Amino acid sequence: MSGRRIADSGRIDRDRPVDFTFDGRNYSGFAGDTLASALLANGVSLFGRSFKYHRPRGVLTAGIDEPNALVTVLRGAKREPNIPATQLEIYNGLVTESQNRFPSLGFDIGAVNQLGAPLFSAGFYYKTFMGPVIGPLKGTRFWMLCEWFIRRAAGLGRADYEPDTSPYGRMNAFCDVLIVGSGPSGLTAARAAADAGKRVILSELDPVTGGSANWSGETIGGKPSADWAAEETAALAAMPNVRLLTRTHVWGYYDGNTLAALERVGDHLSAPQPGAPRHRHWVIRAGTVVLTTGAFERPIVFPGNDRPGVMLAAAAQRYAAEFGVLPGRRIAIFTNNDSAYHAAAHLSAAGAEIAAIIDTRLTISNGARELAQKAGGELMLGHAVGGTSGSRAISGISVRQVDARGTVSGEATSISADCLAVSGGWSPAIHLASQAGHAPKWDEDLQAFLPPNATQNWIGAGAFVGAATTAEALRGGRNAGLKAAGAMASRAQQAKVDAPELDPHPAPIFEIRATDGKSGKAFVDHQLDVTAEDVRLAHREGFMSVEHLKRYTTLGMATDQGKTSNVPGLAIMAAARGIAIPDAGTTRFRPPFAPVSLGALAAERFGEVKPDRLTPMHDWHVEHGAIMMPAGLWHRPQIYGLSGETLEQAYVREAKAVRQSVGMVDVSTLGKIAVQGPDAAEFLDRVYTNKFSTLPVNKARYGLMLREDGLLLDDGTTWRLGETEFLMTTTTAAAGKVMQHLECLLDVRWPDLNVALTSVSDEWAGTAISGPNARKVLETAVKGTAVDNESLPFMGIVRGEIGGAPVMICRLSFSGELAYEVYCGAGHGTHVWEALLAAGEPFNTLPYGMEALGTLRIEKGHVTGAEIDGRVTARDLYLDWMLSKKKPFVGSAMMDREGLAAEDRIRLVGIVSLDGQPLGGGAHIVESSGREEPRKSIGHITAVCYSPALSKYIGLALVNGGKARHGQRAFTADPLRKRYGPVEIVSHHFFDPDGSRMHG
Amino acid sequence: MIITCPYCGPRDVVEFTYQGDATAVRPDQTSTDQDAWNRYVYDRANPAGKHSEVWQHSGGCRAHLVVERDTLTHAIGVVRFAREKTAKAKAARPAAPAKKAPARKPATKTGARRRAGK
Amino acid sequence: MAEYSAFSLLKNALNGHRDWKPAWRKPDPKPSYDVIIIGGGGHGLATAYYLAAEHGVSNVAVLEKGWLGSGNVGRNTTIVRSNYLLPESIRFYEHSMKLWEDLSHDLNYNVMFSQRGILNLAHSPSQADDYIRRGNAMRLGGGDAEWLSPEQIARKVPGVDVSGSARFPVVGGLLQPRAGTARHDAVAWGYARGADRRGVDIIENCEVTGFLRDGDRISGVQTTRGEIRAGKVAVAVAGSTGRVMKLAGIDRLPIESHVLQAFVSESLKPFVDTVVTFGAGHLYMSQSDKGGLVFGGDIDGYNSYAQRGNLPVVEEVMSEMVAMFPALARVRLLRSWGGVMDMSMDGSPIITTGPLPGMYLNCGWCYGGFKATPASGWSFAWTIARDEPHDINAPYTLDRFHRGILIDEKGQGATPRLH
Repeated sequence: MSGRRIADSGRIDRDRPVDFTFDGRNYSGFAGDTLASALLANGVSLFGRSFKYHRPRGVLTAGIDEPNALVTVLRGAKREPNIPATQLEIYNGLVTESQNRFPSLGFDIGAVNQLGAPLFSAGFYYKTFMGPVIGPLKGTRFWMLCEWFIRRAAGLGRADYEPDTSPYGRMNAFCDVLIVGSGPSGLTAARAAADAGKRVILSELDPVTGGSANWSGETIGGKPSADWAAEETAALAAMPNVRLLTRTHVWGYYDGNTLAALERVGDHLSAPQPGAPRHRHWVIRAGTVVLTTGAFERPIVFPGNDRPGVMLAAAAQRYAAEFGVLPGRRIAIFTNNDSAYHAAAHLSAAGAEIAAIIDTRLTISNGARELAQKAGGELMLGHAVGGTSGSRAISGISVRQVDARGTVSGEATSISADCLAVSGGWSPAIHLASQAGHAPKWDEDLQAFLPPNATQNWIGAGAFVGAATTAEALRGGRNAGLKAAGAMASRAQQAKVDAPELDPHPAPIFEIRATDGKSGKAFVDHQLDVTAEDVRLAHREGFMSVEHLKRYTTLGMATDQGKTSNVPGLAIMAAARGIAIPDAGTTRFRPPFAPVSLGALAAERFGEVKPDRLTPMHDWHVEHGAIMMPAGLWHRPQIYGLSGETLEQAYVREAKAVRQSVGMVDVSTLGKIAVQGPDAAEFLDRVYTNKFSTLPVNKARYGLMLREDGLLLDDGTTWRLGETEFLMTTTTAAAGKVMQHLECLLDVRWPDLNVALTSVSDEWAGTAISGPNARKVLETAVKGTAVDNESLPFMGIVRGEIGGAPVMICRLSFSGELAYEVYCGAGHGTHVWEALLAAGEPFNTLPYGMEALGTLRIEKGHVTGAEIDGRVTARDLYLDWMLSKKKPFVGSAMMDREGLAAEDRIRLVGIVSLDGQPLGGGAHIVESSGREEPRKSIGHITAVCYSPALSKYIGLALVNGGKARHGQRAFTADPLRKRYGPVEIVSHHFFDPDGSRMHG
Repeated sequence: MIITCPYCGPRDVVEFTYQGDATAVRPDQTSTDQDAWNRYVYDRANPAGKHSEVWQHSGGCRAHLVVERDTLTHAIGVVRFAREKTAKAKAARPAAPAKKAPARKPATKTGARRRAGK
Repeated sequence: MAEYSAFSLLKNALNGHRDWKPAWRKPDPKPSYDVIIIGGGGHGLATAYYLAAEHGVSNVAVLEKGWLGSGNVGRNTTIVRSNYLLPESIRFYEHSMKLWEDLSHDLNYNVMFSQRGILNLAHSPSQADDYIRRGNAMRLGGGDAEWLSPEQIARKVPGVDVSGSARFPVVGGLLQPRAGTARHDAVAWGYARGADRRGVDIIENCEVTGFLRDGDRISGVQTTRGEIRAGKVAVAVAGSTGRVMKLAGIDRLPIESHVLQAFVSESLKPFVDTVVTFGAGHLYMSQSDKGGLVFGGDIDGYNSYAQRGNLPVVEEVMSEMVAMFPALARVRLLRSWGGVMDMSMDGSPIITTGPLPGMYLNCGWCYGGFKATPASGWSFAWTIARDEPHDINAPYTLDRFHRGILIDEKGQGATPRLH
């Protein structure tokens, strides 16, 4: 290990060495290290390659704002790309890879892009790649050819196709006060609110709480600030009303003070704890939110500012203080404000040599001077770094005099250094506040955007609101905590802070430029390679609004979301436009504050998305060889196939059995709604197109429902069980829609009607038994009631028992045969089903599935959801006989509008295949034969089957003209499956049109 | 977004189903005024700002609520049972048929019923 | 020589790109124009471009309240397709597709239209029938469509869960090969530059605050930058239609403004080549040239002008993403945003003369507006120039709702949140 480690400091545990690999090489660090700190300790400076020019890049920051050092983490075959090395805690066996380089990080062919750099100006791709106007590469072809290469050059890490099997968790949490960020202000806020007895959640994105207290080197309450933070944290952890969430970043601030956070539960462990998720998605509903998210240090933009070894000053200090790593042995400091002097003194005390402190300002505070003396090294005021040297790591800098606008001039002094620590001032982390509020406010003194006025219930404190000192942060945090708790005073006393007096105001310098301008690239957005020149080009081309700047140059669109680049970019644009920074505007921050794994957000519904709905007889179907098919959320038997049978053979066998003897089908999925109350009949008269008030008790009637706009909503039978009690059935697909439709009418439109609606779809199991022998089966199975034609006429209802279970039987037919629907309590579903089958044994009763059900209904010309597709009217389906002239009903006033009564609408017909070939669902109908395309479609097929009754392939179709075309020849057109064939258009009542069978 | 259901209390928006503009006036069932029906079914004020809208607490008591909400900020104001509002509105009109029960009762009963019946 | 070309790029590279002209001027408004177009989004700018390029009407001003392209053209999921069911839609969007195919040349601006295809996954036999019906309608209407088996899908889109054990097994997919994606901002900028170079004034930060009338005829607008008169005033403001039309005294329209969220993941090396949609829910995703997975789902489902959505839809969309691509659970969401959609009562747009004399209205795009941009501008320009609709937009009248001549692709009726 190189001599970069400091004897004893920071949060790392020197007794616990950790071995890991980066790009195939073995390294070792200590528990508590991040990948960045551990690699720095090993003398590694090159971490990655930039997006566009593939320039070598090192580590710029020590936190979540890192734009350069992104790596891919491998767990076995699983790849997790684009993880900041500064966030990644090392563990034994950690395997990591650098990204966006080939063949290797050291030697990257993509680096040739740098030669083309002059061409690759911002937005260059909008100006070229259009290709020839004629020839084989006209249209979009040439661009797509170029794009193929561009896509492979672009992109960062690689994701694999292996399904992710890691567990993800979700937690709904409620609290009085949520504190985001556990720095000095966050800790005191939490303490104040907790002391007041409030339910508190304190979240911290790092593994340890304390924020700046962990590295500032100040003393709080007479103790080293890190110790103070640890003690405060321990005190909070001991309180029952406080929940501490570390490794958790709050990323979204949504309406109603609902916040979303991601907890990285297992990423830092060699092997995840059993039962624990990898990530946990927190949805926190907070009474009040205290935002103590601190601030991000800004870089200064200057030529060569992306060379590995150039680092933010506070980051350098953090590596020394928190991780016991010196980012360099001979470190130069470059700043426009006092805060970097802290870093200088600290790094020097930690054993680094301070090569020089270069400050753009001519005068500095006494506090800064004292720190400079402690640090040692030449203090160069009124100077700036005009360039850097070195290949894959910085070896030196050139320093020149600088004016108040950042223009350097005069002789350049070369200074050798292996690290340059830069500070361009601080930007409060206002992201969450901005998500939940208005535009942020520019503060001229702090040269920073402060949080906007709150539109939701939050309070801010600490560096987040621009607090310059730790003492101020403690005060602000305490007040915020008290205010959030609605409390007067806190038992905790305000701790005293010992820190040098520094000037919080930076010089308004964001970019260093040489008058000649020819001094190498100066990067604003490091990850996406957006340079200061790109910003000025955007300005020259009129992309001046900050949103245009962002979109045209991609500034701030990287994985760090511009945390280090937004303000400098804005400042450079403002300078180019000759306006003040706030007048150049800011872009609104959007969730998430930092990237969030998709798996966490999908937690609990992972791979599921939607629930399964199973009928009471589901297991029976599966056990008896049913092939199940999805029907909305339901699973229904498609066929009960025998071995060696095709789908068609199976459903034909099942349908035949029904027509010849008797069959049974599970109809439990039908929507069922109990309609009860004095006004139930009146209500049904209003919502159905036909009358129900005239329906006698213990009789059922087929009904039709329209939407308010006059189109068909649904059909079904409704049973009158008593004077004021009805049982409505709906189609399986429309059950939910109809329930909502009825509830809305009742609750919103007709509150004067005294009716109660209850969904009982899941309470009843339903079995339809149909076929010439259906009655015989019931006669054996049913006790307590007669089922002969007199006792149970068509559409009649009786109650009785089957196998001891109470049942309700209605004689109605979807198949066109003598048929009954037997309803019983869901719990008895399988019992009754089996009892019926047993009773049906002598008649070879067969269970049948959806395909046979469909076949039987097509032969009868009954309509279902396939025809009632939300675009058809009752007339289109020749159901106008159901439209009562005697009474108004929902849709009656709208159903006659010209568009709905038009002659050229497509209407229901039957079709018969004339060439003996199967028909295709989804095929269209055309008039002309032949296969040339395109041709005018005159309609489409809605349902098809092989009809055992007719021994033909038949189907239902919606065809323009409808009945008028009966007897006509037409053709199916199914270009997608290359099927074409002659058909005859016929009545949709294929089988037993007068219904003698079901009335028999 | 959190809507406070007068029956169930504060609940996340995920429990509710949006049913649109609460100011749309449904003509009397017997009305044949085509324009009135067209306006009711199709035409919306769609304001940017205060909006009176119907939400069904479909994941809870299933009652329909009239929610005053700002479409610019999503801030939620007064929430009440739709049947109350309608009842009041109707009562306000002279031609209105006499109510069976005071408005609130059926509303709460509705809630209770819906709960029992899911 | 074309202003933009490989050669001009090279030439400018040699002198540090100092000579590029602004993509569009920043003129002050003139006192009057032949045509004023309210709305500097994709449709407004395209309309201005085609007025100048196709109809010789160049004394035109485009008035934009904020920055050009700040509406949905700058915040969508960039999908271009014409895979519709109904004849009116097929005719219109096929016309749009043909304009897309030559757009970069017409504008001398690379809008990066990439015909990588769109694949609609079907998850049940009945859904397959619906998709096949739609695909056949496309083919018979002169478009392109293919049906893919699960095996073909697995080959074309690695990572899609085609296993029978999936909660919603993939039974097939409808592919439109000519569909794809385009660089959304570039479309706005390309049209803006094209219109500007033909003499159109594009005026940003100019909010319309009222309409000028000449009797009952609209004769201009009041703006935050003064009064501007015009022979014809065209409105193309998408989600703001309600707000703007109220200024003209039109209080109610068959439109609700809803919020739609969109999402982008971190940048990845090529993962998926085509646009893919998940039929068991509502999800559409593709990968941008920069490498981000760009995707979206349903609208939040309530009236909103906030350009900001809520968490339930975020969770729904992500759960559908990992249901379709189980590998994506480890990939990370980078950014989300919201746009305001002008949801019409049948899910189809309105491109028409009126409703007031001297006025022209283009709205109701729901969330299909981006792919329609060329045809919308093209047919709106025609309608403004000739005071009558072209065949392709003739069906998209305002009175069709009352008359019941609906164009309802989803068959949901007058419930905007379901379109």
